[in-house]
Amino acid sequence: MSDLTWVVPLPVVLPLVGAGLTLVRWRNVAAQRVISVAALTLGLLASVTLLLAVGNGPLVVDVGGWAAPVGIDLVADNLSALMLTISSAVTLCVLVYSLAQGVADGDRETPVAIFHPTYLVLCAGVANAFVSGDLFNLYVGFEILLAASYVLLTLGGTGERIRAGTIYVVVSLVSSMVFLLAIGLIYAATGTVNLAQLALRLPELDPTVQLVLHVLLLLAFGIKAAIFPLSAWLPDSYPTAPAPVTAVFAGLLTKVGVYALIRTETLLFPGGRVDDLLLWAALATMLVGILGAVAQKDIKRLVSFTLVSHIGYMVFGIALSSERGLGASVFYVTHHITVQTALFLVVGLMERRGGSTSLDRLGGLAKLAPVLAVLFFIPAMSLAGIPPLSGFLGKTGLLQAGVAVGTPLALTLVAGGVVTSLLTLYAVVKAWNKAFWQAPPAAAPDVRLPRGMVGSAGALVGLSLALTVFAGPLYAYTSNAAAGLRERTPYIEAVLPDGSRGEGESAHVTEAEGGDG
Amino acid sequence: MTPAPPNLVLVAVIVVMVTVGVYLLLERSLSRVLLGIIALGNGVNLLFLVAGGRAGGAPIIGQTPVDKMSDPLPQAMVLTAIVITLGMTGFLLAVAYRSWQLHGHDEVQDDLEDRAVARRAASDLAAYLDADDDGTDTLDDEAAAVHDDMVHDEKLDGETAHAETAHAGAADDETLHDDPRHDDEAVAQ
Repeated sequence: MSDLTWVVPLPVVLPLVGAGLTLVRWRNVAAQRVISVAALTLGLLASVTLLLAVGNGPLVVDVGGWAAPVGIDLVADNLSALMLTISSAVTLCVLVYSLAQGVADGDRETPVAIFHPTYLVLCAGVANAFVSGDLFNLYVGFEILLAASYVLLTLGGTGERIRAGTIYVVVSLVSSMVFLLAIGLIYAATGTVNLAQLALRLPELDPTVQLVLHVLLLLAFGIKAAIFPLSAWLPDSYPTAPAPVTAVFAGLLTKVGVYALIRTETLLFPGGRVDDLLLWAALATMLVGILGAVAQKDIKRLVSFTLVSHIGYMVFGIALSSERGLGASVFYVTHHITVQTALFLVVGLMERRGGSTSLDRLGGLAKLAPVLAVLFFIPAMSLAGIPPLSGFLGKTGLLQAGVAVGTPLALTLVAGGVVTSLLTLYAVVKAWNKAFWQAPPAAAPDVRLPRGMVGSAGALVGLSLALTVFAGPLYAYTSNAAAGLRERTPYIEAVLPDGSRGEGESAHVTEAEGGDG
Repeated sequence: MTPAPPNLVLVAVIVVMVTVGVYLLLERSLSRVLLGIIALGNGVNLLFLVAGGRAGGAPIIGQTPVDKMSDPLPQAMVLTAIVITLGMTGFLLAVAYRSWQLHGHDEVQDDLEDRAVARRAASDLAAYLDADDDGTDTLDDEAAAVHDDMVHDEKLDGETAHAETAHAGAADDETLHDDPRHDDEAVAQ
């Protein structure tokens, strides 16, 4: 085992420490900025280190020295490390964007005294969910990020945000209850919540009980990932939040749900018993989501609907239950986090420059802000899957995997994916025509876009282009991750090295006492 | 773990609390939703007690024999869940209070933008209008108008230009919302 295991908790711990420090220094805005940026930068470095280090197998930390099945463990495998890296990069960019916005606006939009600690807690929650090797700790990670997201969504407490926040909070609470219910039942059935041990014990259960537990988990994660018909809350609540908040929600929160879904389908319940159900859900998510997007005339809502729609692609890849499908799905998640966040940041800039998010009131931005036009065009085309951008590569991988599986349902999904891609192109091109090319209905406010906001949005667009350029190595990496996920044994053996207990102080104690958890 | 039959009283209480919780969740008033969340949350918390198996002594080595211990793990989890539910309840209360401050009630409101989209769909209007479009012409009307202009341009050289323009103008007014083919006929006359 590598010596780098001490890095595994850092992406969780650093933002949490940062959150505490920014809370203590709440009067000093400058200090808060420095602390936040430092915490997230160090978190990014830690994540990149993990990404490079997990090649030799998953890194495991038994927290507090308590051995694995009883104590909580943190696991960084290929999938976790990739998710951590991409999410740290995205959260750092969004933080810089919101800092620049705060500087430009005199901190009216983002009351920093609350904003910084909450934002860092959100990052810690996301990271915790990604490295958790324990079902209950995964729940805690979800709750950390959700609690932070409630505060961020209702920042300022205006009427519109309270309305949106109400729906978001209640729906999220219900999904958390379902998740908690599932954990309770799983514990009752197996006597453990450790993911690795669950992977060993769940297959021994009665198939019907397995199915109940499986569907309960899918229900909980389906709400968080916004899979149709559990997706109605998302386009309703996201667009009202401040632009950087919406961007980070859209990029990361639903993907945490997708990540949990991947773990459920590969580690806990392999075998794909509910694949048909998931495939139908994926098809409905793609089509219903994109038809919703086509009907919108507010660009923030339009982009939110495309977000729902493209969750369908990821579920499609997962539900194919093949290594290629899973690898393509992980690649698609990576691409989508970057592109969707970039798109929301750019939409925030458009709102600033054009004074509105309604496509009826925007216009002529191509002439007013050519840089902005380029920044919108690249992620929009990538989202629609125009070659050679990363969206095209991700979709091609998924469609190839679908054709390789070759069942009638998989082929239907392939057709559905192509149609959705086409409709996405239609929706974003319409938005492009309205916002950038039509004659401006009213004179746009004369504002300059702060350099930091444009720069950070540009950095994300650059990252998405980098995903395109380095798609080959990335695809190799995600295929490797998918192979490890489907094999399962590397993960289980890393957590429970001798087949029963992890490494830690308590292993010796219990062996001396001869007891069993 | 010893397979013991679950405590039926606890199971019955869980069933009642979850039922009450789900029923209250379906209400529109946020205070009732909040009560529903509390009932639901506590129902699920009780489930953990059932999941922990038979009740026993404190799980401390030396104080209770190992086979008489109760399982401490679900209790630790329940404690965490209770704290989380408490925090969420507090937040939801604050949201309900803020809603009452702003609107004088705490009912979950409809999404206005959603309503607007639905209304446009119901009255069969286009989702988008172009800025240079006054909203009355269809594509067919425009094509007919372009055709008219071309015909006029040819005829303007002739001497009947004035009368023809007046005629076509009248025809235009009549047939603006009609089938564009009538337009062509009017010009042909």
